[in-house]
Amino acid sequence: MISGWFVMLLAIGYLGLLFAVARFGDARADAGKSIITANVYALSLAVYCTSWTFYGSVGRATSGGLSFLTIYIGPTLMLLFGTVIAKMIRISKAQRITSIADFIASRYGKSQLLAGLVTVIAVIGVVPYIALQLKAVSASFDIVFGNPVDASEPWWADSTLAIAAVMAVFTILFGTRHLDATERHEGMVAAVAFESVVKLIAFLAVGLFVTYGVFGGLSDLFRKAAASPELARLFTVDASRSGSWLALIVLSALAILFLPRQFQITVVENVDESHLRRAVWLFPLYLLVINIFVFPLALGGLLHFNGGGMDADTFVLTLPMAEGAAGLALFAFIGGLSAATGMVIVETIALSTMVCNDLVMPWLLRSRWVNPSARKDLSGLLLSIRRGAITVILLLGYAYFRAAGEAYALVGIGLISFSAVAQFAPAMFGGMYWKQGNHAGAVAGLLGGFGVWLFTLLLPSFAKSGWIGKGFVEDGLFGVDTLKAQALFGLTGMDEISHCLFWSLLVNAGLYVAVSLLTKPGAVEVTQAERFVDVFRRPGDGGASARLWRGSASATDLVALLERFLGPARAQQQLAAYARTRRLDDWKRLPADADFVQFAETELSGAIGSASARVMVGSVVQEEELGLEEVLDILDEASQVRAYSRELEAKSKELEAATAELRAANDRLLELDRMKDDFVSTVTHELRTPLTSIRALSEMLYDDPRIDLNERKRFIGIIVTEAERLTRLINQILDMAKLESGRAEWTNGAVDIVAVVRESMDSVGQLFREKGVELATCLPESGPIVLADRDRLTQVMINLLSNAVKFVPAKAGRVTVAMVTAAGEVRVEVADNGPGLAADECEVIFEKFRQGGNTMTDKPQGTGLGLPISRQIVEYFGGRLWVESEPGQGARFLFTVPLPAEQDNNQDGDN
Amino acid sequence: MSRVRHTSAVRQRLVALGLVGLPLLTFPLVSLPGGEIGGVPGLFWYLFGIWGGLIGLAAWVAERRGG
Repeated sequence: MISGWFVMLLAIGYLGLLFAVARFGDARADAGKSIITANVYALSLAVYCTSWTFYGSVGRATSGGLSFLTIYIGPTLMLLFGTVIAKMIRISKAQRITSIADFIASRYGKSQLLAGLVTVIAVIGVVPYIALQLKAVSASFDIVFGNPVDASEPWWADSTLAIAAVMAVFTILFGTRHLDATERHEGMVAAVAFESVVKLIAFLAVGLFVTYGVFGGLSDLFRKAAASPELARLFTVDASRSGSWLALIVLSALAILFLPRQFQITVVENVDESHLRRAVWLFPLYLLVINIFVFPLALGGLLHFNGGGMDADTFVLTLPMAEGAAGLALFAFIGGLSAATGMVIVETIALSTMVCNDLVMPWLLRSRWVNPSARKDLSGLLLSIRRGAITVILLLGYAYFRAAGEAYALVGIGLISFSAVAQFAPAMFGGMYWKQGNHAGAVAGLLGGFGVWLFTLLLPSFAKSGWIGKGFVEDGLFGVDTLKAQALFGLTGMDEISHCLFWSLLVNAGLYVAVSLLTKPGAVEVTQAERFVDVFRRPGDGGASARLWRGSASATDLVALLERFLGPARAQQQLAAYARTRRLDDWKRLPADADFVQFAETELSGAIGSASARVMVGSVVQEEELGLEEVLDILDEASQVRAYSRELEAKSKELEAATAELRAANDRLLELDRMKDDFVSTVTHELRTPLTSIRALSEMLYDDPRIDLNERKRFIGIIVTEAERLTRLINQILDMAKLESGRAEWTNGAVDIVAVVRESMDSVGQLFREKGVELATCLPESGPIVLADRDRLTQVMINLLSNAVKFVPAKAGRVTVAMVTAAGEVRVEVADNGPGLAADECEVIFEKFRQGGNTMTDKPQGTGLGLPISRQIVEYFGGRLWVESEPGQGARFLFTVPLPAEQDNNQDGDN
Repeated sequence: MSRVRHTSAVRQRLVALGLVGLPLLTFPLVSLPGGEIGGVPGLFWYLFGIWGGLIGLAAWVAERRGG
């Protein structure tokens, strides 16, 4: 139906496109214009969705219903705990960590043993998973070719091998551009993100086609399926599976952190920590979208083929083909190929780094060939080792795929592989959050967990495939009943994955904690534990890192070492950058101190892993071993220094605040003092004016008895008025003092404010009539009731009215009193047609002894205390008093009194 | 300093979301939805609904400025 050559060309063409994308990504990175944005980062995380997702999910859904979703819900939940990932990224950047093996080894004292152990577990657990991807590619070839491949076909004619070879070339080209594995492979990440988009669109296209093209939409599909009791069973989940439901969520949550490819993409390839914020929701969204049509596809396939023996894992391809949509089938094929390629490439890079740094390097360093005293550039050799490792890993995967065929050990490897990497969890979490976790504990935990995993999961899968005897599964190890591989100590009723996860993590975490508590850590471990667990509290470590290394080194030796492993050009570039951070122009003048040794070791870690780096640096410097006690002392001291400096900082902040408060208080006191002085001098002045005129007139009367009676009467009249003024002034000063000191007496009660206004107008009516001033009103019949002191309110009103009458012209004067109720307060207004006030006067008149008009030339018309007192009173009731005026336009004095709360509501209701 | 504090507040909110999500997406709660709505099984709606809701909330928490 579809020409084999065409399919092959299409596949090769697609891979060519990937090369172009990767090339473009690398070119942009070299030009300093990275295309790795937060979105690209989030999409590249979708390397999690392999062909096992693309094809296998549908297969899982045909047997387990919706339980396949647990594999994607787990990562969603884990991403929400992004703080763990952020810590992993921060630690890895600080320590130049390049793989999960390096992470664990570095934390537990840069141990070669641990690095090797983790690498072995990862290789055993993950290489079969790579084989599974190749198998999926091969199976999809068979389907689109339309004829099962002849088993007798020679291996060299196998199209899968060709694809694997292309993948190897891609990985070598884009995965080993630099020796320094902490250098990011931006081209590869871009290609992976591109693949994520392709597989998503391909899967959605098939899903939409089957759901809406073959069937009449989701509800039609589900209704048809519901008619068959066999299929309707898949609609609900059985409570007896609750254990495995949770186990799969936990398992996949751990896998998203610890699968070597996920660690590579999430941690090593991370360009910017803030990208994590986008990934936290965008990657889960991707998982959700790619899974929407899995279940409908599974049901559609079962309905369509009517249980006709078709492999459910191939529905994504066979459904479109059976419906004659060959183009769509080809697109799906490309999607599946994408899923497989992305996974294989990233996984192979991650594994090759581990194999090179943690298995081959330790062996090489011991051999005489790379004797540290020989000064040979090894960077080329290292790159070749890594490239060789890539080829070997892919070949291993291919060989396993050819050897295993349809065996269960291959088909079921997805979750078996997840369970293997889950064994890293105790050492990783403990390493990041528990300082007491140590090397012996980590080794014991990993060995124990790995052993249990081998015995309860991997070996039984071999037995199921018929490769080894089934005795230990059916009758127990050595015939001991309690040692049945998948019912350990009689634990039954769990599926094999939950069973393995339970026992392996129990043994793993148990051993890790117990052995850690029972043994003493080494000095390096304690240092590293401090650096890992407290990574967010650094870099202010109180100078401890410099003091944690003691010995003698030669700068020439260290530089030579760097040049050998990084290549001269790269080494000198890094040295120059480092010299700049220490404010030196020339790196040749760098002193060979602890800090420089630390720098050299970190740089080497990026290239050959922390454990090997430590060995190499150790070979050229004479390090004085620090005892555990000494290290602990230094770290204690450092943490004390940190604590002290924090305390000091807090204290100095407190001190600053207190100083500021004191300064403000002092300013206020000075201001008050000045005001008091002003007040006293003003009062004295105000008192002297009437006193002077009283004294002058009295003296005249006393000295000259011949003044005639009329004159005498006039003088005495003035004396009486001035005395009254004096009394009034003194009363008001007393009143003011009382108000200001808060000792005034208030008798608050319900007051009808209109009545108060009318009363005040009556009592000053005589003044208006005498001067011939018109007093107009605009008042309601009865006004609102407010809570206030009646006499004080009257005082304010009389003051405003008598002010107004003072300033308006005789005969033509006009004063208007109005009242408005709005927004929870009542506003009273006294407007006149007097000379008005300039803008700057509008505030001044409310100050003590300041009056309107020119006090220098005019005779003062009041005491200058009426308005300040009125303002104090109104503010005491919770209102405001102010004036609105322009020169020549008259003045409007306004004051407000708030209405009581319930009145307030009524008013709102009325409005 | 305030940026650090903001980041940590966002992280804590996300962790809280995760802690809410776990019981919602595991037994015994997932055994409750039954029947069908518009022909589609209740469990299908439930799982995708809660899952999508969590993602939506996470996006809101992670992307909003200043919060």
